[in-house]
Amino acid sequence: MPDIPEHLLRRSAEARAEALGVPLEQVLAEMGLTGEGETPPATLEEVTLPVQPANPDTTIPEDLRAREAAARQAAVDEFEAKATPAPPASPVVTGAPEEPAPVVEVPAPVVEEPAAVVEKPAAAAAAAAGSKIPEALLRRSAEAKAKATGRPVEEILAEMSGGAPAEPAPVVEVPAPVVEEPAAAAAVAAPPTGEPTAPAQAPAPDGDRTTTITAPPVAAPQGTPEGVRPQRLLTVVRAKAIQQVKAEPTDKVSVWPHLLLIEFVALLGVTAFLTVLSVILQAPLLDLANFNLTPNPSKAPWYFLGLQELLSYFDPQIGGVMVPTVVGLIGVMAIPYVDRNPSTKPSDRKFAIMFFTFFLVASATVTVLGVLFRGPGFNFSYPWSDGIWFDDLKDWISFE
Amino acid sequence: MADGDKTSLADRVGEVGERVRNSQAWESIFRPGSPFKKGYTDSPRNRSYVIMNNVLYHLHPVKVKRHGVRLSYTLCLGGLSFFLFILLTITGIFLMFYYRPTVPAAYADIEALSTSVAFGSLVRNMHRWGAHLMVLTVFLHMSRVFYHGAYKPPREFNWVVGVVLLLLTLLLSFTGYLLPWDQLALWAVTVGSNMAGFVPVFGDQVKFALLGGVEVTGSTLLRFYVLHVLFLPFIIVIFMAVHFWRVRKDGGISGPL
Ligand code: HEM
Repeated sequence: MPDIPEHLLRRSAEARAEALGVPLEQVLAEMGLTGEGETPPATLEEVTLPVQPANPDTTIPEDLRAREAAARQAAVDEFEAKATPAPPASPVVTGAPEEPAPVVEVPAPVVEEPAAVVEKPAAAAAAAAGSKIPEALLRRSAEAKAKATGRPVEEILAEMSGGAPAEPAPVVEVPAPVVEEPAAAAAVAAPPTGEPTAPAQAPAPDGDRTTTITAPPVAAPQGTPEGVRPQRLLTVVRAKAIQQVKAEPTDKVSVWPHLLLIEFVALLGVTAFLTVLSVILQAPLLDLANFNLTPNPSKAPWYFLGLQELLSYFDPQIGGVMVPTVVGLIGVMAIPYVDRNPSTKPSDRKFAIMFFTFFLVASATVTVLGVLFRGPGFNFSYPWSDGIWFDDLKDWISFE
Repeated sequence: MADGDKTSLADRVGEVGERVRNSQAWESIFRPGSPFKKGYTDSPRNRSYVIMNNVLYHLHPVKVKRHGVRLSYTLCLGGLSFFLFILLTITGIFLMFYYRPTVPAAYADIEALSTSVAFGSLVRNMHRWGAHLMVLTVFLHMSRVFYHGAYKPPREFNWVVGVVLLLLTLLLSFTGYLLPWDQLALWAVTVGSNMAGFVPVFGDQVKFALLGGVEVTGSTLLRFYVLHVLFLPFIIVIFMAVHFWRVRKDGGISGPL
């Protein structure tokens, strides 16, 4: 348990008092720095003291308190039974004077990366919002389980709905505004397993400031590979923090094997394609560069030929500068900031789609014109009668 | 007799394999949960470990949205652009063994490479067609991102990073175009850099800086070479790192529509 120096606490209290416009004494009292001499708990037992929600607008329902107290007791018992004094490397939760850090030594089955937990504790967040896990997801999970264990789906479904966490799971909660800036204050979110199907019980006070999430009852971590320490990730998030904790349970699949397999096949495919192409088609190598012999026509690489085409219609200042930089670069970069329509449904984006399609078709047209329909003097010519005037393509296509 | 020999040989091979996989060296190479480790079983837990305990974790999360792995959503275009970039790096390094960026040597080196180096012609072709293909996939990737509205918040900035990537891809391709030092290279680059001369006010200066002179010369060749093999790849890798990182931090692939 970190012992926070008096002067830091004081400074924080002052900042807080100023921010909230309340007297310094009140903040100090809330932080437990005056009055009854409530010092940060030095031992685990003191953790079970009633937690004071220092944040005035946080109210914790009665049943949640009771559940939490029970959970704490359970966690403390477990902790003592284990008698491992060192808390796990709890990454983020620090600085809270009343924070029962060691309690978190609960092995969780599968731990997502910390970032992912903050971003989208899918199941937990949904549960916190009081919503339920979609039927379809539960069913899919049950089916998978049934397939794996060879038991009927119904049995598993029944188990999933009926056998939901009966015994209270350990709760870890940090009273809201702690020592750090208000921004750091909030709750401890226990990581869901990432399986959207694991029903995480999460009674939450309206998901307002403090969110308390009880972890699903943790199965004994069997088969943990050597060297992998079961740990539970904790993080302090505020309801309106930079990283928003709002995500519905989504339908997810494991990257291994599903995505990696596709990527591997794509990689093999493109390698094969490129190899075959390169065996068939010889890359052009013309005569040695000669400054005194200008080929007619002189053409830029194909991806600039559209521009070269524009140059033959417009003043160079327009065709060569305005269009590529203003339209091509700045304009395209600005698209997300100009298009304020939040919908991604094609039916809501008719104008944007038309606009971009026009842009695509126009670029394709001028490029094709430049590549195929420009002959000597960069004058119009027809590839079928006047031949191909583009060296990269010459060997590919012939109209003879 | 022959029969007995065969079984004992198979046994022995199996035994060696077993011993290798029990060895400390083998154990040390693969992190816990790797499918190459002994006793890997397909379980949700191990599927997570395959990513989490692996360098791949820098690129992929443990799980992705189901629709995101559907081929028809991304068409793998971003991934293919990246993979083509890797292929181009590999083939490009091979080409660097045989190529000198000087006016007397460049053209002859490419000619020699195409005619008298084993697989030289193939690798050169792969590098050249691969470069064209990459311009194409990056462009198509951009289009698919647009049609999915995948640039909308919170992904606005990743779109901007993407435009920079497109620009860098074009510049990489353009600087490479000059290197064979044949008529195609010389005049394509002359035409391209003349366009740079139309920049208002600073046109001539921009062109001078690009070419290292007032027209395409040996210094241009050296300049384009260094840009092509060192500077631009370095910059594009940094931008790709930001791009991939943002794809994850912005909540993974967008959608479904
Ligand atoms: C060297 C060039 C590029 C590489 C290697 C690359 C790579 C990737 C990859 C691997 C993804 C993941 C999803 C997918 O494969 O579609 C992605 C997504 C994305 N890319 Fe690119 N990209 C490049 C250029 C661009 C360009 C030119 C743009 C737009 C102007 C762009 C904008 C985006 C956006 C907004 C996403 C997120 C899409 C989503 O969430 O659905 N990228 N990129």
